[in-house]
Amino acid sequence: MIRVVLPYHLRTLARVEGEVKLEVTGDVTQRSLLDALEATYPMLCGTIRDHTTKKRRALVRFFACGEDLSNEPLDAPLPERVVSGAEPYLVVGSMAGG
Amino acid sequence: MGKVRVLVGTKKGAFILTADGKRKDWKVDGPFFTGWEIYHLKGSPADPNRLYASQSSGWFGQIIQRSDDGGKTWHQPGTPDGTPMTTPEGMPMGESNKFVYDTSPETGKPLTSHLWYDGTPHPWEFKRVWHLEPLLTDPDTVYAGVEDAAIFKTTDGGQSWQELPGLRGHESGPSWMPGAGGMGVHTIVQDPKHAGRMFVAISAAGVFRSDDAGESWRPMNKGLVSPYELPNPDAEVGHCVHRIALHPSKPKTLYMQKHWDVNRSDDAGESWYEVSGNLPTDFGFPIDVHAHEPETIYVVPIKSDSEHFPPDGKLRVYRSKTGGNEWEPLTNGLPQENCFVNVLRDAMAVDALDSCGVYFGTTGGQVYASADGGDTWAPIVRDLPAVLSVEVQTLP
Repeated sequence: MIRVVLPYHLRTLARVEGEVKLEVTGDVTQRSLLDALEATYPMLCGTIRDHTTKKRRALVRFFACGEDLSNEPLDAPLPERVVSGAEPYLVVGSMAGG
Repeated sequence: MGKVRVLVGTKKGAFILTADGKRKDWKVDGPFFTGWEIYHLKGSPADPNRLYASQSSGWFGQIIQRSDDGGKTWHQPGTPDGTPMTTPEGMPMGESNKFVYDTSPETGKPLTSHLWYDGTPHPWEFKRVWHLEPLLTDPDTVYAGVEDAAIFKTTDGGQSWQELPGLRGHESGPSWMPGAGGMGVHTIVQDPKHAGRMFVAISAAGVFRSDDAGESWRPMNKGLVSPYELPNPDAEVGHCVHRIALHPSKPKTLYMQKHWDVNRSDDAGESWYEVSGNLPTDFGFPIDVHAHEPETIYVVPIKSDSEHFPPDGKLRVYRSKTGGNEWEPLTNGLPQENCFVNVLRDAMAVDALDSCGVYFGTTGGQVYASADGGDTWAPIVRDLPAVLSVEVQTLP
């Protein structure tokens, strides 16, 4: 299972506490992981990526294994430690504003 | 005697304030949707327990919330727990926060551009819902005024939204320009006596009227004067209208608080004339009409476009009982020194009890109420986040 850490406001919308665990079939990429996340929690559609273009919202960032993956290709494989569940994939609301 | 439910949207959540008909002792519930900007909450006139809320943030975008029990519980109407994303046929489910401009060749309009602050073309981009207006006769039908300026409609209780593209697609659309707060449809007013007639106000395009339930629109700005922003006195669009209001018994009479000037129309928006009269300043944001007296109106004068606080640090609501021009300050119970808050355009409302109640919220987090048409005031709450909107429901 792949572990995903959501920011507070998205956990509230999804009505979950703590990490989310997702099963992803096929290649595990940011795109397939986010597709699986939105399929399981459709109330998150549009909050992380634009509904239509699927582009990341400007103030949302993606991290894993100490790396900023926000601008990495969406179809690149995720690190093995994320795929194995050893490390979580983090969706983060970037620092901005008050 | 009846009771009232006041719906308050703030920069950091929503609050619901309730009282009996005396409007002395208040119960404060909330915050709901903590940490999110709640631009607007509004109840359905056809079903007072049906409430809608616009919840948004710069990080995570737009959410629509709905309550079917008067605000006790809320849900995203398109995505209750366990709802699949697709129908059994594999078609996408409607999403309650999906506001996509209609560019389809069958029903939509091309997504061209509007003007940016520097006068250059700028692409149309959805940012947030400013105002939710449930249809007078159906709790499942709601209009949403959005930024960048457009109007959307749901007929399934907020599960899915479709643009009414005749507004954004009006031939003047490419010349619309944002005001300082953005370019949003911030006001939607329904005419209860003429089916299908409604008005919208856009900063800074002006007033538009539809007589066919939003399919087509005409600018309604003749007579408005904005010499500094619009040197052309005959400009069809471009006026920074802050708010319009009407009384349901006399819907051809409209009142307007513009960037500068308070105006009035007696012909359903075809023409306007100024009624600022003896106001200490005619700049301001909200305007509203007494529930039982169509010629009694309220504004909150603000010093200027550069200084968004009351003149002399005195918070004064001004009331005209003559439909404008002759104004009296209402100060009893309001701070008359060192007050430097603002009252935003959607942050004033009236109830329909026998003695009309008037309510407004401030950017300082106070919500004031008057149970006697404005003669006396008292704060319901003093320390909320900055208030963005105030609506009130009169309940049996």
